[in-house]
Amino acid sequence: MDQLISAILIGLSQGAIYSLMALALVLVFRSTRVINFAQAGQAVVSTYIGWEVVTRTGNYWLALPIAAIAGAIVGAAVESFLMRPLSKRASKGAIAPVASVILTLGLLGVLHSGAAIIWKGDQKLLESPVSAMGITVGETVYPFSQTDFLIIGTALLVMLTFSFIFQKTNLGLALRASAFQPEIARLSGVRVDRIRAIGWAFAGAAGAIAGVLVTPGSALSPNSLDLLLVFGFVAAVIGGLESLIGAALGGILLGLTLSFVGLYIGTSLTFVVPFVILILVLLIKPSGLIGGRKSRNA
Amino acid sequence: MHNHRAKRLIGFILLGFILFLIGNRVDDLRLYQGASVAMYVIGIASIVLLTGFSGQISLGNGAIMALGGFSATLAQSTWGLPLPLTFVVAVLGAALFGSILGVAAARLSGPYLAGATLALAVALPSLANQFTFLGGEQGLPFDSGSAPTFLGEDFSRFKWFYWISALAALLMTWLISNVLQSRFGRSWRAVRSNSTAAELVGIHAARSKVLAFTLASGVAGLAGAVLALNLGGVSPSAYPLSLSFALITGAVLAGISTLSGSVIGALLLVGMSELVGSLTSRFSLEDVLAENLKELLVSVLLILAVVFTPNGPGDRIRERKALHKKTK
Amino acid sequence: MNGLVVSGFSVDHGAIRAIDSLSFTVTAGQLAAVIGANGSGKTTLLRSLSGLKAPTTGQATWQGISLLGKKPEELARQGVLHVSDGKSVIPELTVKENLALGGIWRRDKKDVAAATAEVIDLFPRLGERMSQSADTLSGGERQMLAIGRALVSRPKLLLLDEPSLGLAPLVIEQIFQTINDLRHKLGLTVVIVEQNAMSALRIADIGVIMNLGKLVAEGRAKDLMNDPALRAAYLGY
Repeated sequence: MDQLISAILIGLSQGAIYSLMALALVLVFRSTRVINFAQAGQAVVSTYIGWEVVTRTGNYWLALPIAAIAGAIVGAAVESFLMRPLSKRASKGAIAPVASVILTLGLLGVLHSGAAIIWKGDQKLLESPVSAMGITVGETVYPFSQTDFLIIGTALLVMLTFSFIFQKTNLGLALRASAFQPEIARLSGVRVDRIRAIGWAFAGAAGAIAGVLVTPGSALSPNSLDLLLVFGFVAAVIGGLESLIGAALGGILLGLTLSFVGLYIGTSLTFVVPFVILILVLLIKPSGLIGGRKSRNA
Repeated sequence: MHNHRAKRLIGFILLGFILFLIGNRVDDLRLYQGASVAMYVIGIASIVLLTGFSGQISLGNGAIMALGGFSATLAQSTWGLPLPLTFVVAVLGAALFGSILGVAAARLSGPYLAGATLALAVALPSLANQFTFLGGEQGLPFDSGSAPTFLGEDFSRFKWFYWISALAALLMTWLISNVLQSRFGRSWRAVRSNSTAAELVGIHAARSKVLAFTLASGVAGLAGAVLALNLGGVSPSAYPLSLSFALITGAVLAGISTLSGSVIGALLLVGMSELVGSLTSRFSLEDVLAENLKELLVSVLLILAVVFTPNGPGDRIRERKALHKKTK
Repeated sequence: MNGLVVSGFSVDHGAIRAIDSLSFTVTAGQLAAVIGANGSGKTTLLRSLSGLKAPTTGQATWQGISLLGKKPEELARQGVLHVSDGKSVIPELTVKENLALGGIWRRDKKDVAAATAEVIDLFPRLGERMSQSADTLSGGERQMLAIGRALVSRPKLLLLDEPSLGLAPLVIEQIFQTINDLRHKLGLTVVIVEQNAMSALRIADIGVIMNLGKLVAEGRAKDLMNDPALRAAYLGY
């Protein structure tokens, strides 16, 4: 029973981080139909910036928002200076269907190697501001710490904030309209290019926060967030790639699944499980287990 | 039609002869680089087939290369097969896997396929770490063999690698160019540009996609086996994610749908390493900078290529010619 | 010149000339009906006037200022509203959100609320369905919603692309009547592009008839309607 509770708690905590990364991917996909693989690189650079802040000021609480802002700036820059010029030029020929994917891959390489050159490839540590020790309830020590609370709390806060912005504000309306029907949005006076950049900024911030939250439990290196990207992608697909709620639930589901697999089967399959889940979801219900809208085969 | 095929065959034989001559004149380092170029040519050709012609993106061809490399190695150690047969096993094994993967891939497109193959690229090598018969992290050795004695005592190992790799590359490229010029190549392009229209003229889109995946995987498998030959072994770290990316980069840099582009792409990739190597020694760059400079340069090049000449520089030239004709 | 002036307008789709040297004038406050069959270039005309497509040559000015070379969203903010064909509502959003979309760029939120109230007054059916998703609306209701959204922006020049498309005859009459009333009340300048020549010309001041991208006839709507040759050839009766 205790083991079960532990597995659930760990699953929730990990899942929260996957949700954040999934959120970042969904935000961009909704507005530009692009899976931003470079998100791993953007997040890692933002996390390094957060690490710099922590190293210099010793203040984790300051690092989090600064990393988020850095992530936002990088995200907006990528959209404005790379993605938008590309979509104008590469719309025909053999490369058209895959051009944006390849562009994000190139960007990922630049960010990886750039980060490695600036910060070197060794693993950096980022200390959590709160205890990372398991919580004791009665006689049992659960593998769930204050840090995990921080993670879940922050992820929840981010998601609620985005949800609020998207559903209740004019900015959110503009974001959604630009994603669904950019031409109609333009004809209604919405500055779609600017709005799209804002969407990417939000995504960048979400990815950065995910990176800063996940790093205390592991280590920071230029490639350390690649796996998180894969998990985030699987979570996003589970949730249907279209809705923010889907991303959130997908992340939790993935986290719990991985946790239980780890508990009952062993950790050797950690990398294989997401792949299997991904293939299963894409084959059986491509619109996502949770998403309901039209299936996405295009 | 026959005329074309005959011409092509002669062209390849001629090329082989030229490569043979070159091989006799250069030093070991260049020979090894030549072998690497050959390996990349095969790997990039798999992308040209899969992505350039059939329009399916795969971020996991590095993992399929790994499959080929491991198959060849295991075929050698378990059944004691001679070198050429191990390569055949690599191709067949990878193609078999590709056909299964292709069935799933045919139903996905764009970002979904990219993500799925990305997950594959991450998952597959890590599998090798788990199972001891696959060698774990250290990997397994591959006996690259040595030149037959009749070739003489000073026949260097690297020349041997060069010969085998170049031969494999020539053979495979010749085969692929035939396939691409055949009705299969045409049906892939038809499906890529408009699958509905293609279906209307009787092309079975899904089947053609699976075929493309199968063949491309077989090709990638061969590349993996060649890599195993050149490295003298296989291990998960020989087929990292960056290998998959390098293949795509090479393909895009030289025009993603031109087979001859594979050679240019391969030369660029190996040339980059060479360039960085000489920059490192010239300016005594730190190790870290050196290692990453190559990736940085290649990635920047990729971005520039995708934004400015997405279909390869050849396409730009063709466009300009067409525009010229129009304004006349 | 206070109105819409189109001169020497030519638009190409690649190698195809969709509009060939088109010229016409719409005085401010008038309603112009652009009539033609499919492929006559009517939709391309509106898309070029609203900034979605650039013409190859020619000029188009509204109130003396060129419409060319501007982004659609900028033109919309200057009062040139293009209601594109058929279903130009966003089905994933609610009716309320679709209407709000017309006003999010405006600073005067009070006026946006007033304009929205006026639209609901005009189209009570929309008012009943405010929180419903737009894809549950009928064809006629969608057209009302699309026009309503444009009205929230307080347009000065309204470009309507085939407002009758896919609608039942009774609904078509209602819509056209509404458009006519509106433009009188609000002093709008309207350009309607239509295949349904009769309904459009009846409420129009001037008519512009196009065929295969070229101007065939231009003049007072009444004159065009009564010209037997034109009627037979282009108006279908």
